[in-house]
This record gives sequence, C-alpha cells and structure tokens, in this order.
Amino acid sequence: MTFNFFDHDLAALHQGLKDGQFTAQELVQGSLDNIAKTNDQLQSFLNTNPDLALEQAKAVDEDGNFAHPLAGIPLGLKDNIATKGLPTTAASKILEGFKPVYDATVVDKLRDQGAISVGKTNMDEFAMGGSTESSHYQKTTNAWDSSKVPGGSSGGSGAAVAAGQVPFALGSDTGGSIRQPAAFNGIVGMKPTYGRVSRFGLFAMASSLDQIGPFTRKVQDNATVLNALAGFDPKDSTSAEVEVPDFTANLGKDIKGLKVAVPKEYFSEGIEDGVAKTVRAGIEQLKALGATVDEVSLPHTKYGVAAYYILMSSEASSNLQRYDGIRYGFRAPDAKTLEEVYVKTRSEGFGDEVKRRIMLGTFSLSAGAYDAFFKKAAQIRTLMIQDFNQVFENYDLIVGPTTPTVAYGLGTEIDDPKAMYLGDVLTIPVNLAGLPGLSINAGFVDGLPVGMQLIGKAFDEATVYQAAYAFEQATRLFEKKPAIADEY
Amino acid sequence: MGSGNFETTIGLEVHVEMQTNSKLLSPSPVHYGDEPNENTNVIDWGYPGVLPVANRGAIEFGMRVALALHADISPFIRWDRKNYVYPDNPKSYQTTQSATPLGKNGYLDVTLPDGSTKRVRIHELHVEEDAGKNTHGSDGYSYVDLNRQGTPLIEIVSEPDMHSPEEAYAYLEQLRQVILFTGVSEAKMQEGQMRADVNVSIRPFGSDEYGTRVEMKNINSFNYVRNALAYEEKRQAAAVRAGEPIVQETRRYDEPSKSTISMRVKEVADDYRYFPEPDLAPIEISQEWIDKVAAELPKSAKERQEYYVNELGIEPYDAEVLTQTLAMANFYDQTVADGADPKRAANYLIGDVNAYLNKTQAELQETKLTPEHLAGMIKLIEDGTISTKQAKKVFEAILEGEEPEAYAKANGLVQISDPAVLQPWVDEVLDANPQSIEDFKGGKDRAVGYLVGQLMKKSKGQANPTVLNQLLMAALKQR
Repeated sequence: MTFNFFDHDLAALHQGLKDGQFTAQELVQGSLDNIAKTNDQLQSFLNTNPDLALEQAKAVDEDGNFAHPLAGIPLGLKDNIATKGLPTTAASKILEGFKPVYDATVVDKLRDQGAISVGKTNMDEFAMGGSTESSHYQKTTNAWDSSKVPGGSSGGSGAAVAAGQVPFALGSDTGGSIRQPAAFNGIVGMKPTYGRVSRFGLFAMASSLDQIGPFTRKVQDNATVLNALAGFDPKDSTSAEVEVPDFTANLGKDIKGLKVAVPKEYFSEGIEDGVAKTVRAGIEQLKALGATVDEVSLPHTKYGVAAYYILMSSEASSNLQRYDGIRYGFRAPDAKTLEEVYVKTRSEGFGDEVKRRIMLGTFSLSAGAYDAFFKKAAQIRTLMIQDFNQVFENYDLIVGPTTPTVAYGLGTEIDDPKAMYLGDVLTIPVNLAGLPGLSINAGFVDGLPVGMQLIGKAFDEATVYQAAYAFEQATRLFEKKPAIADEY
Repeated sequence: MGSGNFETTIGLEVHVEMQTNSKLLSPSPVHYGDEPNENTNVIDWGYPGVLPVANRGAIEFGMRVALALHADISPFIRWDRKNYVYPDNPKSYQTTQSATPLGKNGYLDVTLPDGSTKRVRIHELHVEEDAGKNTHGSDGYSYVDLNRQGTPLIEIVSEPDMHSPEEAYAYLEQLRQVILFTGVSEAKMQEGQMRADVNVSIRPFGSDEYGTRVEMKNINSFNYVRNALAYEEKRQAAAVRAGEPIVQETRRYDEPSKSTISMRVKEVADDYRYFPEPDLAPIEISQEWIDKVAAELPKSAKERQEYYVNELGIEPYDAEVLTQTLAMANFYDQTVADGADPKRAANYLIGDVNAYLNKTQAELQETKLTPEHLAGMIKLIEDGTISTKQAKKVFEAILEGEEPEAYAKANGLVQISDPAVLQPWVDEVLDANPQSIEDFKGGKDRAVGYLVGQLMKKSKGQANPTVLNQLLMAALKQR
C-alpha cells in the first residue's frame, strides 16, 4: 500500500485505521517505503528501525485500540532524543554507535499512545547550527529544492515531514531549531512554552532554552501531537506543573477581535524584501479574518543574538563537558593517558561548530569574563522578557517573519558562522523569554517557502494554534506539494 | 596560641555525608559498602539527556545542621554548577550552592581543654553532591565506583577563628557531636562520612593581615588534622624566620612522618566557572518549613546532658557517656520514658550494654535489645520480682530479644517474696539447727549467714533475700 501523506492528515489516517481501511503495519510500511524512495536525495533520516517499528505496529493492530488519535501513526525522531537500544548520536562523531539504555519521556509518551517511531532524523551536531550541515554524518536537502539547505538544527525532521516521508516528526528548538526548518520547508513547527514538554532524554544543548516540539504539515495535526507530548514530568524539575488544555479546542473558532502586535524590529534591516512582503501579506490576511493589528516595539531585540550566543554557549560548554570518552561513545583510539583521553577524544570527536561554542561558552563563564559576558547577557535576557511582558499586557499574539531569508544554498553559510547566527535573530527572543512560537507557511518566494511566526503568551499555545488554523484554512497553502512528493 | 612570635590562623571546611534514603539528584539509594556501581543509575552516570531532580529530604537534613549551628536559613536557594573534569565526576560539574548557600552566620560554642568556651563562627553551610571514587588497581587500570556519586553533603565553612591545633581538634570533635545529634549522619570518619579541608596561615602577633595560607584537603581523622596543623605552624614559622616566602599551595598530610608534603603550587586560582544550574528549579524555603524542621530537630547532646544531670541525678561523666551517640542517648531516653529507674538504666547502658557492644563490635541499633525490654527488666529488679543476680541471666535473654518478665517466669528466675511460702522454710531450718540459734543468741552473727545459706539452698536460690532476712530475724528473736 502506498501512502501519500499529502492526501492524509493525521485525522484522516486515524479515521482510516479506525475504519479498517488499512492497518498500522501497512501505514508504517508505507512510511518506510517513502523514506526508501526519497532518502537518497533528501538525506533526512540517519537511520530507520523497520523491524522494531513493524513489530510495534503489529502489536497496535492486534490490540485494535485506536482510541488515541496517534495510535498506529508513524513518526520520525530527531537524533538528540534518547531511544532505548537504538542509536542516538546527536549527529556527532563523539556519540557514534551510542545506544541509550533508556527512553526519553516524550518517547515513552508517544509509544504509550501507540505512535510508532520509524527512525532518527538528521540534525546539526548537538543541535548547533541552522542548516543541518554540521551533522557529522550527512547533508540533508530542502524538500522544495535539493540545492538548498533544509534549515536547522532539526533539518532532518523538517524535510522529512515536508517531503511526506512521515506524517509528523519531533524536533528540538533552542534558538529556532524547529521554527526555522519549518519555515524553510513550508510546514508547521511549534516550539512550545519552556516547561510545557519534558526535556528528560533530550541531549541538552542549552538547558534553559531547549524545548521539544512537533513538525506537521497542518495546524490541527500539530495541536494533536502537542496534546500527546505536553505535561509535567516528575523527572524534569523545569517542566511546569500547569494545566494542559486540549490544544485543538479552539481550532475553527474565528479570530475576530484578536489583538495582534507586529514588532517594528522584526521588519528592520537584514530582512529580505520577499520575506517581508510575504509576511506582511500574511498579516493582512489575519486582519481580513477579523484580527486587529498594531505596530509595537520590542526595543532590546537587537541585543538578542549576542545575549543568546553567550548564554547558550555557556550552558552548552558545561553540558557537553561530559562527553569525555570515559563512559560511552567515541574514545580516541591512541590516547594513552587520562589527559590524552580527554583532549584527543574531544578534539577528534567534536566538529568545528561545537568546538566554537564550547570555547565561547568556556570563555564567557571564566573568572575574568563572567561579569562582562554571562552576567550581562543574563541581564539582557531579563530586559527582553520585560519587553514581551509589556506587549502582552495589551495584545494576544505577536506576529512577524520566522527568518530573515528563505532557504539558502548548501555550503554558502557553513563557513560564515556570524551570518548563520544572524539567521536566528527573529526566533532567539522567543527562547530567551520561554514563550511559545509557531512557524507556518505564508507563501513562496522563487519557489521557496516563507515562514510566518506567531508568538503567544506563556502557556497560551491554544491561541497560537487558533490563529494559525484560521490563517491556514483561509490560505490553504498546504495544498501545494513539493516535487519530491511525486515520487510516491 | 602560635609558634614563637606568630599567631596561627585556622579555618576549616568540613564535609559531612548525609544519610538520606536516596541521592541528592537521583533516586539511587545512598548506602555504603555495596558492590561498585551497584547504587547507580543513568543520572549518576552522567548519561546524555538525563536531568537531576533535587531531593527535598536532603535540603531538610541540611536545614537541621544549619539550625543546630544557629545559622540563618536562606529563603531562596538556587543551585550552581562547579565545572571540573575528572573520571569520578561523570557530569563534569558538581551541583552545589555557591551564590545562595542554605545557611549563613552560624556559630558553635566549643569547650576547650582548659574548660573555657570559645565561639567559632560558621561563615556558611551549603548542600552539594559528593563525587564518586577512583581507585588505581595493581593491574595498571584505574577503576571508577560511582556509588558515592551524588550522595548529599553538607559543607560547613568556618570563619578563620581557630588559633591552635587543639582548638581545631576540639571544634571538629564537638562539631561532629552536634551533627550526630541532628540525626543526619553517623559521621564515621573511617568511612569518609566526615572530612575536613584545612586552611592555615601564620602572621606576627598584632598584624592586621593574614599570612599566605596553605590548604590541606580531605583529611578524615581529627588526629591527622591536629598533627598536620602542629607541623604546619612550625614549618611556616621556620620559613618566615629564615626569610623564605610562604607559597600558596595545597599540601598533603603524611601520617608516617607526621609531616605535610607539597602537592602543587597554585600559580593561578582554579577556575570552576560557576554559573546557575539551569536544570534545577530554585527552591523557596518558607518560615513554616523552617519551623517544621526545627520542631523535628532532635535535642542536642548538651541539652540532654544538662537534663540528665539536673533532672535525673546522673553523674556528669555518665551523662557524657550516654550522649556519645544519638542512638545511645535516644535509647536511654526511651528506657526512662518506659518507666525504668534513670540511674539503674544509665548504669546498665554504660556498663553491661556497652561491654556487650564492644565485645560483639555491634551498633546499638543493630542489636535485638529494646528500651522497652531493658526498662521491663529494671522494673522487675526494682519491685523485687528478680534479684540482681537473676537479672544477669535475664539481661542475656533480652539481648536476644526475649521479653524479660515472660522469660524470667518461664525459666524459674522469679524471686519468692511471699511470706506464706517462705515462713514454713524458715521454721523448718530453725528447727533443724538449734545450735545456730544458740550461736546467734551468744552474739555470733555469722550464724545468720549460715542459716540464710541453708534457706537459699532450700529455695533453690529463688528466695527474695530482703524478705527472707526480715522473716529470719523476726523468727530468731522469738526463739
């Protein structure tokens, strides 16, 4: 059986399983077939686990319980999410062949609900990058143009969903790593509020910024997956003990009177004309749907990238220090002393971008630099949070572009880290403030998708989804398929 | 105090392992002496993706120590990471409290050998995790045991208020007793449950500035601390007199030579790159929480000693012996609460019970002896049911968990105190020994001893000697 996921959203797949039109085994096999057909070009999956996935699908079929909307549905997992007994490498050489002995909380949750992971998706090494090119293993291409990057760091998950290999995938977002690849691939990517989803089992980059979230082609699918992921986890003391609403509840409600703020800083220099025009048109669409739109200011936006790169790299330098070749993963084969194990393992095991951030972070935390760097950056973070709080006193939603540009050519920015970092300028503030942010396709420039970002109040993903759904139903941009989908 | 014209300045950082059920940041058990790496899980291994969860019980234990040392409790604790790389430190950082220690501004009043009291100020107390243990095998490999990794520690940082090795020794001993009586640790030195980092410097008397300090880490014997300090104050004074500079360094105490040996010279301070631990939520400590912990805090050894001496009439020395361990003091308190005569209970614990513990090398709480049974036996002695001689056998039985009264009855260890039973025996013995009656009347008191001996034989040793004596004397006078 062939599955073209462009014709089946999650609700349709769920209905098909319930009605017996197809089995979970057929569905999982269909997903594996799609990956087999397109992965040579897309390079989105690092590996698949067909035996385990089909076994799980068989169990779901035999159980016959399709009460949960994700029961029997295949998915892809970013390679920094721990899967028991299956390789989880964060796309780094230092974890080559590493198989965790435990499952991440999100993996537990999805499996309990009957969802079936078919494999691990490519990413920037340790989620450090915006193009998935820093992966030690392979280079993923954009679903719309194989000469372009898929974005990053969750580029594998973004491309896989956009190309219809799987109906949904999980990514992680520290400074834009879900929303930016969602934008570059023209799909829906949500970074939930910090604390909404357990981080237990996510290989940490920057603990105070990381969040796991879903990639889907449609808004309702996304809300359905977040329903399955969200909630307090006693194993993650930074997960929030707050009520989890049904994120699909507001879908279909109109957005008349919804108060939308558009920060003028989000359309300042560096934003490509095509992106700006497309997103402005998207905002007009929201207006046409009944939202009121005002221009506002988030004055500290311009400091965001600098503050982020100091705070993120500081935390990362500490989080990644455990990769020392002693207990797991890669160890430099010719190291003879303890010092050599450390130095050679890390020199050979980490790629350039990871080393760059470890050095930046180590410096920022060092005794002579702490006050001028880490502490100052933390203060900027507080100011940025205050900026958002002020706007949200009067508005329901903040809207702007997700990225300054559309997907760029493979190999064009990987050696220019500063240019790559500036690509995160519009997504970083949302992580620093811990807010929910969603990217949705707002149109195309030269055949490449443009992402529009909707930022909500903390723990108000429901309103973000409500507005995104209204926009999606009005524009129906999801009906446009990339050429790669013709393969199925 | 000091060496010659120099004043010695000593500050101590004491680490104590707290015996919580689980570790500070993971659900693994805290237990000494198990197979290497038995008490570990993914969190202790520092696996990718794992997250810590702070053990509130460890915070409460830390609060107990802070309260016992009269410290102010911080209303808000944030955790910090101290970054350093070593195989016994699997996350490559230690979770600690550097910016917001649990307690501040405490003190300990230390009784010195001359009987005077000295107040040593406590700068701060913080809760942190212990590291694992590296051992270097004879096979050329090094081994890492992470059982200890994550055990909660309370670190007690004194002000540099001590000025002699003896003061430091007294401080450590009395600090240990305070900790023992909080119930958070048995502070066994030989198991590394209590360790001291020592900072010592000297300066000319009257100088405003401290001398360059030398550090000695992880000394797990109070005697070693004393010896190391005695050596250091002499060594430093000799160096200054010779015009040599004291270098800031870490030295190690060497017991065989009773000297200290330089380990490394600190050219630059270690940079641990402390920063707020982003994986743990900060903890707010309410006054209600502090009050609850304070209410549960066991009474200190000093408080108990005063009570024993002033209210129970116990000798001061005995009161000290009874408060050498919390287990002993608690046992004693419960025995008295169960109705035992306080002095007799004290005598039994200090004498027979301690002798038994020494002989068997057991801890009091590991034996089958209970306060209820000890009190029960003492009550049997007090009311004449058993003699002190019979009590010896009953005591051996209650060490094995027997109930004293039931055991005494079942084994014929009950004294016969009933005059209705004893009187006929008295009459029979007197009738059979007219010579003894004559001897008694002639003033020979040892005749009484002979008669008592006959009567005890008749009662198979079960006659209550006091009652028997009364009956015998009355009968003799009537003959």
